[in-house]
Amino acid sequence: MPVISYIDAVTQALQEEMQRDEKVFVLGEDVGVRGGVFRATDGLYKEFGAERVIDTPLTESAIAGVAIGASVYGMRPVAEMQFADFIMPAYNQIVSEAAKMRYRSNNTWYCPLVIRAPYGGGVHGALYHSQSVEKLFAGVPGLKIVMPSTPYDVKGLLKSAIRDEDPVLFLEHKRCYRLIKGEVPTEDYTVPIGEAEVKREGDDVTVISYGLTLHFALKAAEELEKEGISVHVLDLRTIIPLDKEAILEATVKTGKVLIVHEDNLTGGFGGEVSALISENAFFELDAPIRRLAGPDVPAMPYSPPLEKEFMLNPEKVKTAIRELAEF
Amino acid sequence: MATDITMPQLGESVTEGTITKWIKAPGDPIAKYEPLCEVATDKVNAEVPATMSGIMKDHIASEGETVAVGETICRIDEASTEGNEPTSAVQENKATPEVKTSKEGKEENKTSAGTSEADGDRSMKRRYSPAVLQLAEENNIDLEQVDGTGRGGRITRKDIQRVIQSGGMTSPKDLSTAETSVQAPSQAQAPGLELGDKEIPLSSVRKTIAQRMVQSKHEVPHAWMMVQADVSGLVKLRQKLKDDFKQQEGINLTYMPFFVKAVVDSLKEFPKVNAVWGGDKIILKRRINISVAVATEDALYVPVIKDADEKSILGIAKAVHNLAEKTRMGKLTMEDFSDGTFTVNNTGSFGSIASQPIINQPQAAIISMESIVKQPVIKDDMIAIRDLVNLCLSLDHRILDGLVAGRFLARVKERLEAYTPESAI
Amino acid sequence: MGSEESVMETSRHEALGLSDDQVLEMYRTMLLARKIDERMWLLNRAGKIPFVISCQGQEATQVGAAFALDREKDWLCPYYRDLGMMLVFGQTAKDQMLSAFARAEEPNSAGRQMPGHYGDKRFRVISGSSPVTTQLLHAVGVALAGKMEKKDFVSLTSFGEGSSNQGDFHEGLNFAGVHNLPVIFMCENNKYAISVPIEKQLAGGSVAARGQGYGMPGISVDGNDPLEVYEAVRDAAARARKGEGPTLIEATAYRLVPHSSDDDDRTYREMGEVEEARKKDSLVQFKKYLEDVGILSTESGAELEREIGHIVDEATEYAEQAPYPDPSETYTHVYAE
Repeated sequence: MPVISYIDAVTQALQEEMQRDEKVFVLGEDVGVRGGVFRATDGLYKEFGAERVIDTPLTESAIAGVAIGASVYGMRPVAEMQFADFIMPAYNQIVSEAAKMRYRSNNTWYCPLVIRAPYGGGVHGALYHSQSVEKLFAGVPGLKIVMPSTPYDVKGLLKSAIRDEDPVLFLEHKRCYRLIKGEVPTEDYTVPIGEAEVKREGDDVTVISYGLTLHFALKAAEELEKEGISVHVLDLRTIIPLDKEAILEATVKTGKVLIVHEDNLTGGFGGEVSALISENAFFELDAPIRRLAGPDVPAMPYSPPLEKEFMLNPEKVKTAIRELAEF
Repeated sequence: MATDITMPQLGESVTEGTITKWIKAPGDPIAKYEPLCEVATDKVNAEVPATMSGIMKDHIASEGETVAVGETICRIDEASTEGNEPTSAVQENKATPEVKTSKEGKEENKTSAGTSEADGDRSMKRRYSPAVLQLAEENNIDLEQVDGTGRGGRITRKDIQRVIQSGGMTSPKDLSTAETSVQAPSQAQAPGLELGDKEIPLSSVRKTIAQRMVQSKHEVPHAWMMVQADVSGLVKLRQKLKDDFKQQEGINLTYMPFFVKAVVDSLKEFPKVNAVWGGDKIILKRRINISVAVATEDALYVPVIKDADEKSILGIAKAVHNLAEKTRMGKLTMEDFSDGTFTVNNTGSFGSIASQPIINQPQAAIISMESIVKQPVIKDDMIAIRDLVNLCLSLDHRILDGLVAGRFLARVKERLEAYTPESAI
Repeated sequence: MGSEESVMETSRHEALGLSDDQVLEMYRTMLLARKIDERMWLLNRAGKIPFVISCQGQEATQVGAAFALDREKDWLCPYYRDLGMMLVFGQTAKDQMLSAFARAEEPNSAGRQMPGHYGDKRFRVISGSSPVTTQLLHAVGVALAGKMEKKDFVSLTSFGEGSSNQGDFHEGLNFAGVHNLPVIFMCENNKYAISVPIEKQLAGGSVAARGQGYGMPGISVDGNDPLEVYEAVRDAAARARKGEGPTLIEATAYRLVPHSSDDDDRTYREMGEVEEARKKDSLVQFKKYLEDVGILSTESGAELEREIGHIVDEATEYAEQAPYPDPSETYTHVYAE
């Protein structure tokens, strides 16, 4: 199996889906001739032309709104928000329109649409090129939110998202783009939306995470094994719809749960996971559920020591796991 | 002094770069911001400028090599006249004292033998998590008896799982008061082991026996008395009947049914002996259910003959036989153990001639039938050889006094002595 | 509208290629929309339905525009006042009453949305919401899809003049202008955004003038004249079908009633102003036109009113008796099932 990067997995999924179905097209800022500022759509313009790889005006709400209109008509648009931080002008379209279209029309109209957005920090992106935005959308029924961590999952889940009959917010951690590489099959495959995956088995502490911090958890787990601490790691992969069974199973495995995400602590998705566990697995708990998350500051600062302070890393995850293990 | 120059991050999300060409060769003088090499990344192709002046010392990465952001690509000897400007490319080393602290904490807990000073904190010993409580309840584990390896002596789920894996422990609910449990053997200081000693882990049955015995001895004020009975007639009677009995009934005719029968009939006369301790009251039991002690290699069981007063010698014999069989087969159920009102213990079968039985709580008394031994006795002013047996009674002095107990015992004796070879059973 | 014009000459509607039957049908639809709307106010004031949002004063704009489209293939992204447009595209009086009563059978949303939130797959009308102007981008998206698929339909989206201040208006016009898409942006300027008049809404005073900035014609028409609106939309659709891109049309009329059943317009406008506007009411004027050209008589006019009254009665009766959705429907259709 060839080893490719996280971002190559995005490009491959887009390319293969556009080859498979001519209703699939991409639109966004700089996605065409330039191939995307991160190069996620590299080569697509050349292969599919300006009509299916559309350079839009600098208008996030229109990128989302036009994609909604086209998807309602029956196309399969994949809209790119250049940075998740810039998704706010499109919030109304995504939340009021895409997410509610099926419900409000009593299942007659719907939006098979994907909105891709690179999120997350650790790339010197500062306040407005580093944010995690999932908490802003997680409480919006009608929307699906996918946040893969590995190239394999990226490709399989992006294909599922494009083929899905509902709007999918596909959040790609930009630090993972070139940092994370992995084996990806050449033949067509999909990863189902809404299924978490155990990325490592263990019996002392369960870590539940997604995206970049999932890799921190795996690194921490590897190192802690030498100390005799066995860590169970669950990758949510999709946060909406949430794989509740997998979370409860992973909880039962150790009775000690650490939830890790880069998004801010307060209102972050970890709170939802935590509530789910305490409501459904109270008697399995052997320690208070613990959350390790980005601090409650407006956004990630630019200056390196400040960015480093904000960001999670394997050491911080290790410390949190160790504390739980000792509890 | 040479300074390491590292691969810069050329654009967001870029994690590595490939050196396409070295512009400065080793030995070349370098002015600050002069290009050192050309680097290609996924996003941009760029010249990497020097962050300091000096002389190129050596290339660490060669042309065509892909280097991760932050890794050294070359080293520059500082120009001696220049001030020491720290560059962003200099690798920083980080220490994490926070981590170290908690690691020490871990080790402290690991060495918990109850002696070191650091181990003194048992503040979490009784802070049970939901998981621990549930597992303890499901598996009848007395948490007071479990050592916690968590912080502050907290019992972790894994601690409980270890107890369960090692056979668990049974802790009947009516026994679990804190005081008595503390006295339980598993909690006592283990004596030191010497070379050649062998440790036998307690089975759950052993633990139960231990607990119950300790509790009974601890709680119940035992009083004890013994009488001797002349059972020569009974011995002859049994001798006469036993072969036919075996043939007809398929089981051995032992003395046990006669003892039980004598006890049961006497209990009817002395209801106070067929009683249980009720904490703030004495409960006289209507039914007469006789607990009989059955020994196996490594444990003692006390199954119950229900409504023994409705049974003949034959019925009792059969009941005793069945319970003994079930015990040996390990097929006793909770039902077989429950509701006993008085215990008959056949210590005579081990050759014992006197014993001090421990009361089977909450019953009022227990009787043991010792070995029947031929002894010379004075009978009708003549020396005769008679079959004698000692009947030993332990009584709960809270329920019974010597008077009633003595009268009861005397009636048992009379009944046993009343058998003649001609008695019908 | 020139009532002085001689009937001997070619009438205005004939000049537009509209038959007598067609203009009579236009009038009939306008009247039906008005009568349905009036009935809803009565039902609301009688406590039978919780909410009304009105088309009154804008029937000519809505009916004129919809008549100029191809009802077999064109797409609509209307806004919450477009009752007249919906009737032209195929919805019935019964559909409107079912919606007012929030009944299960209601075609827009099966009782999930407030009245006026149209959406009907049968007629290619995309479901709309309450935050204004969002629908405008959907019409652009449909037009983009049509262009990609090389279809010759157009999409029309309508909105109030207040909406022309929203970002989505500007983003949508610009997007359609850049990509030269077959979409008609129709502003129904009724002079009020709830309580705020156009003087406080529109810098420059004109919505139509904004088209120029986005590379498309911006056309102003009399929103009380269905024929003028018809002509403008017909021409815009023709341009769009020929690949000549989008058009912005501003049809100015007047909102004859409060913003909604929860609003009291006496708090922000003179009732004299409303009375003046009623004199220019399209239903009055267009009726006069039809009488002048001899299509409608006093008798046939009265007969039409009776017929429509009967339709509205019947629709009201039916909807009132129709069942509500089952409470279990609350949980359906969040995602594909």
